[in-house]
Amino acid sequence: MAPPQPKAAAKPAAAPAGGVKKAKVGKPRNYDLGNGVVRFSKSKMFHKKAKYKFVGKKNPKAEKPKKPTVVVKQIGGEKNGGTRTVLLSRRRSFYPTQDKIRTRPHHKTFSKHVRNTRPNLTPGTVCILLAGRHAGKRVVLVGVLPSGLLLVTGPFAFNSCPLRRIPQRYVIGTSTKVDLGAFQLPAHLDDAYFKKNKKSTKRSVKRKQGEDIFATKKEKYVPSEQRKADQKLVDEAVIKAIGARADKKVLRGYLKSAFGLRSSQFPHRLRF
Amino acid sequence: MPFARFVEPGRVALVADGALKGKLVSVVDVIDQTRALVDGPGSGVARQQIRLNQLHLTKFRLKYPFTAPTRVVRKAWTDAKLNEKWAESQWAQKLANKEKRAQMTDYDRFKLTAARVKRNRARTAVFKSMKVKAARAGTFGKKQIPKTPAKKQRTKKPAQKKPAKK
Repeated sequence: MAPPQPKAAAKPAAAPAGGVKKAKVGKPRNYDLGNGVVRFSKSKMFHKKAKYKFVGKKNPKAEKPKKPTVVVKQIGGEKNGGTRTVLLSRRRSFYPTQDKIRTRPHHKTFSKHVRNTRPNLTPGTVCILLAGRHAGKRVVLVGVLPSGLLLVTGPFAFNSCPLRRIPQRYVIGTSTKVDLGAFQLPAHLDDAYFKKNKKSTKRSVKRKQGEDIFATKKEKYVPSEQRKADQKLVDEAVIKAIGARADKKVLRGYLKSAFGLRSSQFPHRLRF
Repeated sequence: MPFARFVEPGRVALVADGALKGKLVSVVDVIDQTRALVDGPGSGVARQQIRLNQLHLTKFRLKYPFTAPTRVVRKAWTDAKLNEKWAESQWAQKLANKEKRAQMTDYDRFKLTAARVKRNRARTAVFKSMKVKAARAGTFGKKQIPKTPAKKQRTKKPAQKKPAKK
């Protein structure tokens, strides 16, 4: 009873001023006393609002122009009547007999997933690689790429591990950290930079005329000049940071040596 | 050799298992064949019963009558300077070293290995030279002089400091 009244009061106020002024919203005189009891009764409100003035009066309703529900369409071809009447909107009883096939954009979303890196893996952390051809080496973490992969470097002069991406799953982060200071990764070292173009190399090896198709030749990987320059740039910063430490010689030896488990050593019981 | 350590009033034991693992307690009373009443006023253990197979008996024994109240146990504990004596004992030191080893990080382990390599090299060098000298002096019976002098070992200065020794 109480809620519809303010609505009724607001409606007549909205009519004048041509929609420029904000609608005047009156305060309802009646209010809730709690427990569903209102201050003024229904009959009291009848008098307060002077509803008796309107009893028995009728406002003629304005006729709304009927909107067309069908449209007549011309149809080409012989012996089919020439026209069709088509409903503009679907019948209320209509429902699709088959669900729409929706394209699932899961491939797209994977690249947009939020990547969480373990909190101890900050740039400068000495990591132990657990997989790949450099497994066992102790390397320095340089940064985390937008794909979530870690960017590590040996440094190359220490343990011949180049600038390389690796998933954080395949890494043990140690508590040893090198202070890289204000070192910033060059912006062009992104995921695309490290991506290998596998397809093109395969084809170029296979489809060469006049060669034995069964003799698969392995193309040797040669780092580009760009890579060499970037390697140098990053390694310089890392080696400089190591050189600034008091235990630089020991740390150098540490990075040069490989990790391994001795007897009765268990990785889950060790501290790193 | 007969048994020297018994579950008896005053016997100090190390809790080897359970919630109190690693704490020192003293037996106050023996409840039955499997349980004892223990108290540890000097190690923060409240008086309680404990299964005997959770206890490892030490060589220490405090002097107080059985079922002595905690204040008596505390006095005996402090008068005997049990905490200091325990810390001095080989057993406690071994435990401490074990803990130290467990707390070593990967870098610490590397440093320890490097120090050991240095020490062993120096030791081997000295040993070899002594062996040659002894052989020349005829300590091993007949005088045997090796044709070529023993290969000189790669020696480095022995480690000055040993990080987190054993």
